[in-house]
Amino acid sequence: MNIQNDDTLLQVDGLRTVFDTRAGTVCAVDGVDVAVRRGECLGVVGESGSGKSVTFGSVMGLVRRPGRIDAGRILFDGRDLRALTPRQMRAIRGRDIAMTMQDALTALNPALTVGEQLAEVLEAHDEDLPTGRTARRRAIRDRSVEMLGLVGIPSPGTRLGQYPHEFSGGMRQRIMIAIALASKPKLLIADEPTTALDVTVQMQVLSLIRELCDAFDMGVLFITHDLGVVSELADRVAVMYGGKIAETGPVEELFRNPLHPYTGGLMGCVPEPAAGHRRFRTIPGQAPKPGEVPEGCKFAPRCSHVQPACRAGAVPPVTAGASHAAYCHFPLSRGEP
Amino acid sequence: MSLARFIERLLQLVPVLLGVSVIVFAMITLTPGDPVEIMIGDQVVTPEQEAAMRHDLGLDKPVHERFFVFLGNAVQGDFGDSFYHRRPVIDVIAERLPATIELSLAALLIALVTAIPLGVLAAIKKNSILDRLATVGSLLGVSLPGFWFGILLLMLFAVHMQILPVSGRIGYSSEIEPITHFLLIDTLLRGRPDAFLDALSHIILPAITLGLPMTAILMRVTRTSMLEVMRQDYVTFAEAKGLARHRILFRHALKNALIPTVSVAAIETGSLLGGNMIVETVFGWPGLGRLVVESIFVRNYPLVQAAVLFYAVTYVLLNFVADILYTVLNPRVKL
Amino acid sequence: MAAVDTDTPREAAAAQESIFRRNLQSFAGNRLALGSAIVVFLFILMAIFAPLVAPHDPAETDLFRRLQPPAWMPGGEWSYLLGCDALGRDILSRIIYGARISIFIGTAVVMVATTIGIIAGLAAGYMRGWVDTVISRVVDILLGFPYLIFAIGLMAMMGPGLINIILALVYKEWVIPCRVVRGETLATRELEYVEAARALGASGRHIMLREILPNILSPVIVVSTIRMAHVIILEASLSFLGLGVQPPTASWGAMVADGRAFILQAWWVSTFPGIAILLLVLAINVASQGLRDAFDPRFHE
Repeated sequence: MNIQNDDTLLQVDGLRTVFDTRAGTVCAVDGVDVAVRRGECLGVVGESGSGKSVTFGSVMGLVRRPGRIDAGRILFDGRDLRALTPRQMRAIRGRDIAMTMQDALTALNPALTVGEQLAEVLEAHDEDLPTGRTARRRAIRDRSVEMLGLVGIPSPGTRLGQYPHEFSGGMRQRIMIAIALASKPKLLIADEPTTALDVTVQMQVLSLIRELCDAFDMGVLFITHDLGVVSELADRVAVMYGGKIAETGPVEELFRNPLHPYTGGLMGCVPEPAAGHRRFRTIPGQAPKPGEVPEGCKFAPRCSHVQPACRAGAVPPVTAGASHAAYCHFPLSRGEP
Repeated sequence: MSLARFIERLLQLVPVLLGVSVIVFAMITLTPGDPVEIMIGDQVVTPEQEAAMRHDLGLDKPVHERFFVFLGNAVQGDFGDSFYHRRPVIDVIAERLPATIELSLAALLIALVTAIPLGVLAAIKKNSILDRLATVGSLLGVSLPGFWFGILLLMLFAVHMQILPVSGRIGYSSEIEPITHFLLIDTLLRGRPDAFLDALSHIILPAITLGLPMTAILMRVTRTSMLEVMRQDYVTFAEAKGLARHRILFRHALKNALIPTVSVAAIETGSLLGGNMIVETVFGWPGLGRLVVESIFVRNYPLVQAAVLFYAVTYVLLNFVADILYTVLNPRVKL
Repeated sequence: MAAVDTDTPREAAAAQESIFRRNLQSFAGNRLALGSAIVVFLFILMAIFAPLVAPHDPAETDLFRRLQPPAWMPGGEWSYLLGCDALGRDILSRIIYGARISIFIGTAVVMVATTIGIIAGLAAGYMRGWVDTVISRVVDILLGFPYLIFAIGLMAMMGPGLINIILALVYKEWVIPCRVVRGETLATRELEYVEAARALGASGRHIMLREILPNILSPVIVVSTIRMAHVIILEASLSFLGLGVQPPTASWGAMVADGRAFILQAWWVSTFPGIAILLLVLAINVASQGLRDAFDPRFHE
């Protein structure tokens, strides 16, 4: 279900990632197709356990024992990432594809200064750095100060020598973004960029990401469970459930006209103050844990539109519009709750 | 860490040291056997002379006074005279101390040099053969009785293979004038490589025996700590940055992983103090530990008292150092 | 110990019980640990039934058999399987009887120390205030002594002998379970079911004994088994130095000491008792490691 395009930065086809545990092999990502274009901002939405983080950890090649990629193709800028040697993959990580993590406090090494952690990335990927030792060090320092200033850290020169715990939560997240963008990557994967932050700070970080995304013409892929973040930041959205993609499409389309009942349910769950005192709508039941594999559509046990056909076999995609598709036998029609 | 907090921590030691002194004093006071009688031994002595001796030793004063006298003297390093050696206790102890310190340091060195690399490797290659062997080794290390292991080593290397000496610190032919009193250093300083090797051959078995339990514990701590650190988000983030494996290991992981190791090492060094007695006895090492054991059997109580106090104070200080080290090494832990 | 998130003490106890059962099953599934536990059990049996198991009287001297080699070496006899010591006593029999000393002292010390430790720890952790301060101070001071030094000092004071060894070791040993119990009590007293009991008007003593204690027993038991191994080695060390039980009672440590003079000509006198210590302590360590793993809540995730 990928729309081929010369603009396509990242294309994932049929990715399957499993974990070999004592209790058997658990499938965390079960046949995922997703794509990101240059300059586009894709939001990946899903509950915990939907496989969203593991999917993009797999893209980065960060999945370790007992996890492994079982099947699928990952094309980045035309190159098959799975065919690369570890060394080649390492060259891509941090330079062409960069990642930020949910909690900046744990992602930044408490024993190293911010400056040291920034310098590392620059050293590792050697971005047009002069060769002489002093010149090199100065160049790195200048770049570091520049990056910190870019993400909005005041008086960056002095703050290079400080430790992560000396910054506020919002600033730490910015520092992480600075580190990720230091080598001017083509694609940024942001895992839950705002989850660990206060609401007031969230907006700042989101607009920062948006700004930089446009400025560098980067592709951005961010993972979140917060629909508000999606509506602010994303151009396109992919909804994940139970290790599979449920629906993808442009953000306004998805919000106005969801196809998959799960998406519809999610939209309905967002409380609207304007709607007056109405009961909160929830989706009954619980998300399946990775490893529970119901036959047929994974959402069937909780779906209010379920039919017998839903429980049998694989679910085909249904398209509605140029880039809007959902995996559902009986998608919602316009305006359905 | 600010000076004020450091001093505050230091002062907290005082009640502990005081309590320790009380206990040591109590131990000696409650020990059966009249020290004066022991000193007299078989000599014939008049009651006046006996009373005079009692008075000299301050034994005719009430208990709490004696305690303060004891404390006052202790702080000045005056522990009276050793019955057995007829010399001030402090001199006797000072004579034997370097041997014990040298042995302890050697054991510590062996432990650190062996345990840390092994622990790191075991963590990196988790569940490999190396890891399993290391785990077995560390279990053995804490289960082997030190005195028996020492004897076993002697039987193998000294008796059977005859490549290492049976006891003592150095052979007669290698005697030299001491400078630091650490033989391993002095022999080199005096330009006697043959003597150095001789000293080395004498120290190696006792040092291994003494250091074995510590090696086992440190290896496990390092391994656990390393595993814990490698699971941390910042290691994943470092990988996401595209850094080379060895760089991640040494710069990110190791620095954090070694904090518990250092801390435990400082604490365990204290237990080396106890193990000293056993090892020195087995290997005939002329140190403080063996002196204490001998003194107990000949009822040389002033010496035992002083030695126990010395050990206890050292132990308390070592624990203190461990505390401080931990706080200093861990930038996130504010006092 | 994982805090059980329930509201009533009864629910908490029931939940705790099923966790206990699961942990026990996990332990049983660990073959190595189970095997070690069986080894320990065999040692205990050997100790209890020593008179029936031992081929000879451990105190019986026979100067014709001085330093007789083990059975498989020239000069040995099969009825004196592991050879004889300097006084012609059968080493195997002495090892079997020696197990009594090691196990008895180990068990006695740990049990007494744990009991004292539990009482002190509960008091310190629950009642806090001056009780806690006093007990914690005492613990700190006692912790200021390296173990062996303290024990030796006490032994010097009290003289050798079975009861004295137990006392000497207990004096230092109780601080370890005390610290564990205190820590667990501090953590547990804030939990809901304790508050509930308090609200129902239960007395302090009732809360300590009926509410908190059953829930913190697991880590205490695990620690106690680990300590058992240490204590056995300590007792052997003390005996080795001559400060333990006195002859003619057989003690493994003393046997090793006896054999020291003969390492040139009769290696078996020191070696076999040491192997016995090693086997028992190793088995206890492996079993308690397995116990620790089985009862560690993180292990089950």
